[in-house]
Amino acid sequence: MSTLALWREKLSYQPLSLGIIAMLTSGALALSNQLTHDGIRQAEQRDLQASLVQVLPEGFADNELLKDTMEIAGGDGKAVTLYRSRQAGKVNGAVFQVSGRGYAGDVVVIIGIDARGTLLGARVIKHQETPGLGDKIELAKTKWIRGFEGQSLTSPPAEKWAVKKDGGVFDQFAGATITPRAVVKAVKSGLEFFAAHRQEILEGK
Amino acid sequence: MDYRQILKDGLWNQNVVFSQMLGMCPTMAVTTSGTNGLGMGLATTAVLVCANMIISALRNFVSPQVRIPVYIVLIATLVTVVDMALNAWMHDLYRVLGLFIALIVVNCAVLGRAEAFASRHGVLASVLDGLGMGLGFTLALTLIGLIRELIGAGTLFSQASLLLGANFAFLETTVLPNYGGVLMMILPPAGFLVLGLLLAAKQHYERRASSSAAIGQPAEAAACH
Repeated sequence: MSTLALWREKLSYQPLSLGIIAMLTSGALALSNQLTHDGIRQAEQRDLQASLVQVLPEGFADNELLKDTMEIAGGDGKAVTLYRSRQAGKVNGAVFQVSGRGYAGDVVVIIGIDARGTLLGARVIKHQETPGLGDKIELAKTKWIRGFEGQSLTSPPAEKWAVKKDGGVFDQFAGATITPRAVVKAVKSGLEFFAAHRQEILEGK
Repeated sequence: MDYRQILKDGLWNQNVVFSQMLGMCPTMAVTTSGTNGLGMGLATTAVLVCANMIISALRNFVSPQVRIPVYIVLIATLVTVVDMALNAWMHDLYRVLGLFIALIVVNCAVLGRAEAFASRHGVLASVLDGLGMGLGFTLALTLIGLIRELIGAGTLFSQASLLLGANFAFLETTVLPNYGGVLMMILPPAGFLVLGLLLAAKQHYERRASSSAAIGQPAEAAACH
């Protein structure tokens, strides 16, 4: 141990030992990344699949949505990934993510729309809104989000797509207007996006 | 080395939260319910035990000049590996704890134990120290979480079955049905409030115990965040 103690005092020992530790930890990280890569991908696919079927009525699609994707450039230039649902080979709807700026960061909503542009369902899948106030947009807390089902750009008419405080038809919550406003805006933008690209989605490859 | 004393120090005398005042960031952030506190505590315990073990085994090779970067690299690696493993193989648990796992890297208590204990003691003693400190941390977080949850939402251990499996569903109790809830208890200020009250209670208890037994208080370590 005394030779080690002597070595430890040398200047070159410091960078060398640090380098060896860094190499070993990098190796450990690379190895565990390799080992967990497939597992994480499968788990994420399962999560995605679970959220996709939530916004479609049961039995609506007879295909595997995860394998029927297409990408369309959205309004802000970012590509939107759409999962198309089919019945006997014909596209009868699509599921995709939209987001709106909430009180604390983006509120991400996943929506399902049928071929005529009617909303089949919407679920908030990610948000950082205030617990107890803004989180009523979650289905686990209140049924508010189900109020979108069956709505489309014509019913209610476009100018009524807002919370009641802004002259629209959707409820806001006591103490939280910004959050539901963000969700309404996000869902509406999703419907508009679908309407703008309807042809492409229904018939495109 | 008195192993029982090491465990007792971790659980009570030098409790990470109540005596050393370390790891305040996760303490405030995740103790909105008993289940969250328990989950964070257990995950931290696992990392503490592994980190103490590795650092203690390497203690003769790491020179004092570079010890801090070495510890940080090791702890960050360990946390990342735990994060990936949970995500891949215990995905349901990961969905509950996912946000908290990465927070363990910045938990001062892990680096603190590496520096104060594992770098100076043998592997077995260090593992026990990690276990004791981790369980003490778990105890503190669960306690704060339960108090905030009870007053804030009127439940105890809600969603415990997500964390521990369906067999633990019996832990989930609704103490006050149809209870409107006190929002403030779920929001950050109540974390400070409850911690302060618990600290005062512990001080009071120890002062009474020491005045009757005439034993001095354990030295307080400086807080780092």
